[in-house]
Amino acid sequence: MKKVMEGSLGVANAVRLCKPQMIAAYPITPQTHIVEGLAKMVADGNLDCHYVNVESEHSAASVTLGAAAAGVRVFTASSSQGIMLMAEVIFNIGSIRLPIVMVCVNRALSFPINIWNDQQDSFAVRDAGWIQLYAEDNQEATDMIFQAYRLAEDHRVSMPVMVCLDGFILSHAFEPLDLPEQAQVEEYLPPYKPIVKLDPENPLTMGVMGGPEVYMEMRKSVQDAMIDAMPVIEEVADEFKKMFGRGSAGLMEEYRMDDAELVILSMGSVLGTVKEVVDERREKGEKIGVLKLRCYRPFPVEQLRSALAGIPKVAVLEKDISLGYEGALFTDLKAALYNTENAPKISGFIAGLGGRDITRKTINDLIDMAKSGAEGTTFLDTAKEIAYLGGVQ
Amino acid sequence: MSTNIPALQIARPGSSRMNKTGSWRTYRPVCDLETCTACTTCVSFCPEGVIKVNKEDKYQVDLDYCKGCGLCAEVCPVSAITMEREEQE
Amino acid sequence: MTQATEKRELFSPGHTACSGCGQSLAARLVLEAAGPDIVIANNTGCLEVFTTRAPMSSWGVPWIHSLFENSAALASGIDVALRAQGNDHTKVLAFGGDGGTADISFGALSGMLERGHDVLYVCFDNEAYMNTGIQRSGLTPFCGSTTTSPAGKKSMGKHEYKKDMPAIVAAHHIPYVATACVSYPRDLQRKVKKALSICGPKYLQVLVPCPLGWYHKPEETYKVGKLAVETGIYPLFEIENGEVTRVQKIKEKVPVEEYLKIQRRFKQLFASEEGKEDIKKIQEYADRNIEHYGLMADPVGAAKNE
Repeated sequence: MKKVMEGSLGVANAVRLCKPQMIAAYPITPQTHIVEGLAKMVADGNLDCHYVNVESEHSAASVTLGAAAAGVRVFTASSSQGIMLMAEVIFNIGSIRLPIVMVCVNRALSFPINIWNDQQDSFAVRDAGWIQLYAEDNQEATDMIFQAYRLAEDHRVSMPVMVCLDGFILSHAFEPLDLPEQAQVEEYLPPYKPIVKLDPENPLTMGVMGGPEVYMEMRKSVQDAMIDAMPVIEEVADEFKKMFGRGSAGLMEEYRMDDAELVILSMGSVLGTVKEVVDERREKGEKIGVLKLRCYRPFPVEQLRSALAGIPKVAVLEKDISLGYEGALFTDLKAALYNTENAPKISGFIAGLGGRDITRKTINDLIDMAKSGAEGTTFLDTAKEIAYLGGVQ
Repeated sequence: MSTNIPALQIARPGSSRMNKTGSWRTYRPVCDLETCTACTTCVSFCPEGVIKVNKEDKYQVDLDYCKGCGLCAEVCPVSAITMEREEQE
Repeated sequence: MTQATEKRELFSPGHTACSGCGQSLAARLVLEAAGPDIVIANNTGCLEVFTTRAPMSSWGVPWIHSLFENSAALASGIDVALRAQGNDHTKVLAFGGDGGTADISFGALSGMLERGHDVLYVCFDNEAYMNTGIQRSGLTPFCGSTTTSPAGKKSMGKHEYKKDMPAIVAAHHIPYVATACVSYPRDLQRKVKKALSICGPKYLQVLVPCPLGWYHKPEETYKVGKLAVETGIYPLFEIENGEVTRVQKIKEKVPVEEYLKIQRRFKQLFASEEGKEDIKKIQEYADRNIEHYGLMADPVGAAKNE
């Protein structure tokens, strides 16, 4: 049965239904409503779980790491500067291969300090050895939690999963949400069985020092595991769909791409607006489609190649920037399609940084520019002139 | 069960024993068993934990690992242990 | 625990600690006192590096290393996870060096203490960042020459005094804080056992002489540690619930020069008039410790002397 609730509470309820035994978190806007929701569930006796209030995000991730290594299911969440402070631990978790699930409520990075949405925070840790999934709406964000635990704890995967949802736009928005019953969740998500754990009956050393003679093999094993995770990401999404009758495909999902001459590739909540505008332009006879990328790491190169084969033009719309180069997704897509036959012409568009609204006009402008063959990267909705100190540019 | 976590990621108890640190030694502890009172002070102070003492055999050191630091000789209350230069081989 | 567990070697040789390393000795003593039913979280540092070069390990107990500054946080998570699984017997220990404890993981340690986790934190204090090549830490003593607080024409080494970590930790109102020195193995092991008999956060700071970084002979590890205590430079005490309950008494006070002169990290102090002034300051520091902790043995009774 659907109930109207805030996105953060939907996510918190999904976490509750997964029965983590330990949650460690540090407050940061816009992640707070999720962890406050969980704290209240624990306080009210609706979730039998140890809630650890830590003194920093670095420790939130570290406490989570310690508890997961000792063999329990765990949860944490953060945003923006919190992700940056955690970054050292995030990389560590990725290669020590603990099945930790974390929610990143996407928010801009300082400077200037800005609490509003974009996706620069999770992009900054994309190389850490975590599966990164991006939610389009709150139902998907909620459902992704179940899938994330199932995926992380699958012994064919054994790696952490970061569920990314857009700050405020999703986290603070009220929508009717369908939450499964406990029994259904338990049928979908088996109990956590760690491959190795800290146990005095079987003492193991975890987190060894690896010299040049072993480091590359250990690194390559993470890379191999990431690539091998792709079919499992699809499998857990498909099974979710089968069991619950809703949801998206695991890696990516096509929208009105048949006969499309232009495809817009994007991630997260902006896809809603993009789809609406595409519907309108389709009604006017324009052959435009949308490709929703749901899994950013591992990057589904083969699937992108086959989905975009024969499409004349692709526009990448993203809320991040690799300063000194361009949007990171734009770079990734170009690299994926390089040296393929009939590769599309690809234009890059950056919008919505620091919470600037992405409106229907933004998307219409993007479509017009992409259709007329925009080169390189375009910043949308940006002031034409920037005033500089001293008046000299 | 086979997993995709590399075996190298985990190390097992006792595995450092494959590294014979005795080759580091320049001086070797030699104990005068007549003088040794089997008090076990040297056992407490061996950083490698490779000295064993019992009433019958008294001082025994595992030269596979002894680095020759000389702490046992230093702490011996009856000065039974001396450090002697290893022979060149 | 099963029989197999009871017989296990807890800290195996073959580790690559320097000859005469005080820290490797202290780690072995701590493990022997703590026993097999423990889990250890270890900060990055000498101890981690010399015991766990893949594929080898010296640890006969479950042990994890993640980062330089998070052993206290890892231990917090392990504590919670063990209890969540119904395990109320396994003890959790967190290990760190002096830099890893007093500097970079200061926040994580404070958080662990404030939250009241049932963890014994052991700081192996060799008074500098030895693993990276003898750099100055918050626990480097006044005038200690390190590679980043070097003695020179215009400097006598570190300009500041040692950070008073035990007092800072005690200010968290935890049940047990103690200092120990590797030159007193039985006292160290007694403190480990006592700490582990108490529920809640415990802190033990162990002075571990470092032949490499203090520039003394490997066999002098014992002597240097003993002099640190007998001069009053490194007072050994126990603080229970905020009260100093026991101290290691000094029978005969040794002048600080005796301690300083056998370590080349202090040799600059003996080369100039200015250095002699600084030795006086170090003597005053030691005397303050003696007075503050009441370290001098009662000349008649000396009953409480350890």
